[in-house]
Amino acid sequence: MTIENTSRRDFIIKGTLVGGGLMLGVGALPEFAFAQAGQYDPNSPTKAGEAEVNAWVSIKPDDTVYVRIARSEMGQGTRTGLAQLVTEELECNWKKVKTQSATPGQSLARKRVWGEHGTGGSRGIRISEDYVRRGAAAARMMLLQAAANQWNVPVNELTVNKGVITHASTGRKTTYGKVAELASTLTPPDPQSITLRDPRDWKVAGQPYARLDTANKVNGTKVYGADLQMPGMLCASVKACPVFGGKLVSYDEAKIKNLRGVKGVVKIDESTVAVVADTWWRANTALNALPIVWDEGKGASVSQGDIDKMLRAGLDEQGDFWQRKVGDAPEVINSSTKKVEAIYYTPFRAHVTMEPMNATVKISGDRAEAWVPTQNGEGSLAALSEATGIPLANCEVYKLDSGCGLGRRGSTQDFTTFAAKVAMKYPGVPVKVLWSREEDLTHDYYHPIAMAKMSAGLDASGNVTGMHIKVAGQSINATLAPAAIKDGKDERQLQGFYEKGPDAQLGYTFPNLLTEYVMKNTHVPVGPWRGVNTNQNGIFMECFMDECAKAAGKDPVKFRQAVMQSHPKHLGVLNAAAQKANWDKPLPAGTFRGVAQFMGYASYSACVAEVSVDGNIVHVKRLVFALNSGHVVNPYLTREQIEGSVAMALGAIFNPEITVENGRIKQQNLDSYPMLKLASTPRIETVLVPTYDFWGGVGEPTICVVGPAVANAVSAAIGRPVRNFPLYKEGLSLA
Amino acid sequence: MQLNINGQTHNIDVEPNMPLLWAIREVVGLTGTKYGCGVAQCGACTVYMNGEPVRSCSIPVSAVGAAKITTIESLSKDNSHPVQQAWIALDVPQCGYCQSGQVMAAAALLKRIPKPTDADIDNAMSNICRCGTYQKIRDGIHVASGQKKLAEVLAQYQASPATRG
Repeated sequence: MTIENTSRRDFIIKGTLVGGGLMLGVGALPEFAFAQAGQYDPNSPTKAGEAEVNAWVSIKPDDTVYVRIARSEMGQGTRTGLAQLVTEELECNWKKVKTQSATPGQSLARKRVWGEHGTGGSRGIRISEDYVRRGAAAARMMLLQAAANQWNVPVNELTVNKGVITHASTGRKTTYGKVAELASTLTPPDPQSITLRDPRDWKVAGQPYARLDTANKVNGTKVYGADLQMPGMLCASVKACPVFGGKLVSYDEAKIKNLRGVKGVVKIDESTVAVVADTWWRANTALNALPIVWDEGKGASVSQGDIDKMLRAGLDEQGDFWQRKVGDAPEVINSSTKKVEAIYYTPFRAHVTMEPMNATVKISGDRAEAWVPTQNGEGSLAALSEATGIPLANCEVYKLDSGCGLGRRGSTQDFTTFAAKVAMKYPGVPVKVLWSREEDLTHDYYHPIAMAKMSAGLDASGNVTGMHIKVAGQSINATLAPAAIKDGKDERQLQGFYEKGPDAQLGYTFPNLLTEYVMKNTHVPVGPWRGVNTNQNGIFMECFMDECAKAAGKDPVKFRQAVMQSHPKHLGVLNAAAQKANWDKPLPAGTFRGVAQFMGYASYSACVAEVSVDGNIVHVKRLVFALNSGHVVNPYLTREQIEGSVAMALGAIFNPEITVENGRIKQQNLDSYPMLKLASTPRIETVLVPTYDFWGGVGEPTICVVGPAVANAVSAAIGRPVRNFPLYKEGLSLA
Repeated sequence: MQLNINGQTHNIDVEPNMPLLWAIREVVGLTGTKYGCGVAQCGACTVYMNGEPVRSCSIPVSAVGAAKITTIESLSKDNSHPVQQAWIALDVPQCGYCQSGQVMAAAALLKRIPKPTDADIDNAMSNICRCGTYQKIRDGIHVASGQKKLAEVLAQYQASPATRG
């Protein structure tokens, strides 16, 4: 099984050879520069003889099955998982399956036949599984009907196995490749009339199959957006005003225009400038040498201390709304035998996708094309059209597999817009706009900063009488989607505390509960960061549950279990993780455990951490996870996603922190914003406990339990609670 | 100026302060070597200079001289290097962007220490991966060095060579 790349190569060559008038002095362009994962190209000459049975399935006479994938791939394995689901219902031969990416422009031209392209919120499989499986099943029915028509026998006398159709009584056999063309002319069945296979009977889906797209990731031949080379291509580096909200006043182009390779300077918008050159290094070097005058605006007076002070003040204000109010929690807490209170702090964080933001755009007359590592192809298409003024129908986006997405490449499309604006100045020429790491780090849409004041009351037996959760922090919706804030209520910031499912339900039942959010926005733009608001809310809830358990003199697992009896799925993963980690058995001297459970992205997660603390150095030795994602399409890749969530979360709770100084981000590169490394990564064990009655996400859910489980273990080890994240603020560092 | 890359001599006319990374990527046109940070922190740009792993983003071409440069593209012709084989068999890469550097660093480690311990791996593998493939990288090095059997590692993930499709 491989990813088809010929059509992609043909397509790019076709799309770029014409009009590329400015050849660079780079010698012959290596062919592999064009060998990117296959895009669906209806005009590709390689399609000769290929028959599209329906939008999801196209088959060649040699029985190669092309599965069309609308979601983006950034390493999370959705391409492979969706192909498994299609293969399951289609009953084709997995060894002959290849995938093609559906382009947003083609999708639009066909009335969005491939549905949503957006790939965030751990939705890639769970939101498309139903129509993708129905599409595959419909294709199977059409292929069988075509064979039945050819042989003039009733379709119910046919069987199919791995793409080979058999009529048992006459011994006749044929294959999907031979009947695909006839099948494509038949009337498709009503998708809703189709009975899908029970996931418990899956043969292909549910298996730990190998990824379809690994081979070219180990030899340098996979081409990412940052790698694109096209005839005549120009490259640009961008710089926005270091202070968010500031403006570009002027720049002195004369100082750099004679530098080698420099083509020009482009003002992208009122706060962003680009230098264009024959190569990116020359563009970036010239940009760094370009004298620029900024009007930094009022944001320049803001530093981290001001933001922290604002948040802390918010903890004493009444929430903008009460999300949940059960009984009278504050009153009950105040009159309880014991009162527990704690204030937690979590910082801004940057995404740091390994591949910095980039996009390549070419504008030819009234047509615009973009090559974008994107989590939202349709969002990129819209940004391209809006930036260029070229109608959507004349725009196309070729989605490239991203070098990490992590939430940065979805709802924010600044990278596409910037490339489009620069390319408009160079009609007919492909222009690659790549951000330097410094620009990428200092102009992110950061994980929102937040604090929480948690209060609980305990009765004489150590039972919770009331819980008061008050979060003060920045709102993602206020930056990206103000319309989603209804009547001042921004429920998104309380992800994980919701009363009801299916997305992020609180797993505890407290007799009295008050959940409040105090919106405190800064001039720093914020956005979704893998796990989004479950990251801080998981820490607030689960670290505090441990503080309460300690105050009650109870075991942290038993203390939780007591308030989880109405939440069997939450309880199920907690118990599964505790069991796998041998929670009830003693650990060697010096090793301590911590536990956490939380819900996000319609899945239930729990984690047990084992740590030892040597002076101020924390050794995380083992992390045990339990995940109930309802169904598991590929258990091997699901486990890899859980391993991935550790890299994001464990790194984040120790070192990295984005801070603001004079309005700008202080951390300029990875030397001041360090990332988790292999040596600090503990052994990760996962138990998957699907209950087969819902579809949950996989990419993000477990990230929110890593931090609190580790922090709770650390607190157990050092004998005091840790509340300020990242934990260097508690005098601790990760080994 | 001449650069010896993967056994081939390239005559290039570039500024002496151009980092080796950008000469490799944009002048010679080999894009397997990645840009990640530009300040020698992430290791995505790892190449060999006379057989030793270096971070090409922070070496100006003028400092390369006659040194022999090896990039990911020439590690093997057909993904046959034991590290590449192990990486494929275990699906080590997720997004894959950092993996050129990871593979180069792992192959260099095995050349220096054919049977590395976990501590050796900790010391040698300082490349950053944001997808979180570290555990699989460790597994992959153990498999590539012959210290663990593939089936044994897959079994830890409730998989076997036969169930991988």
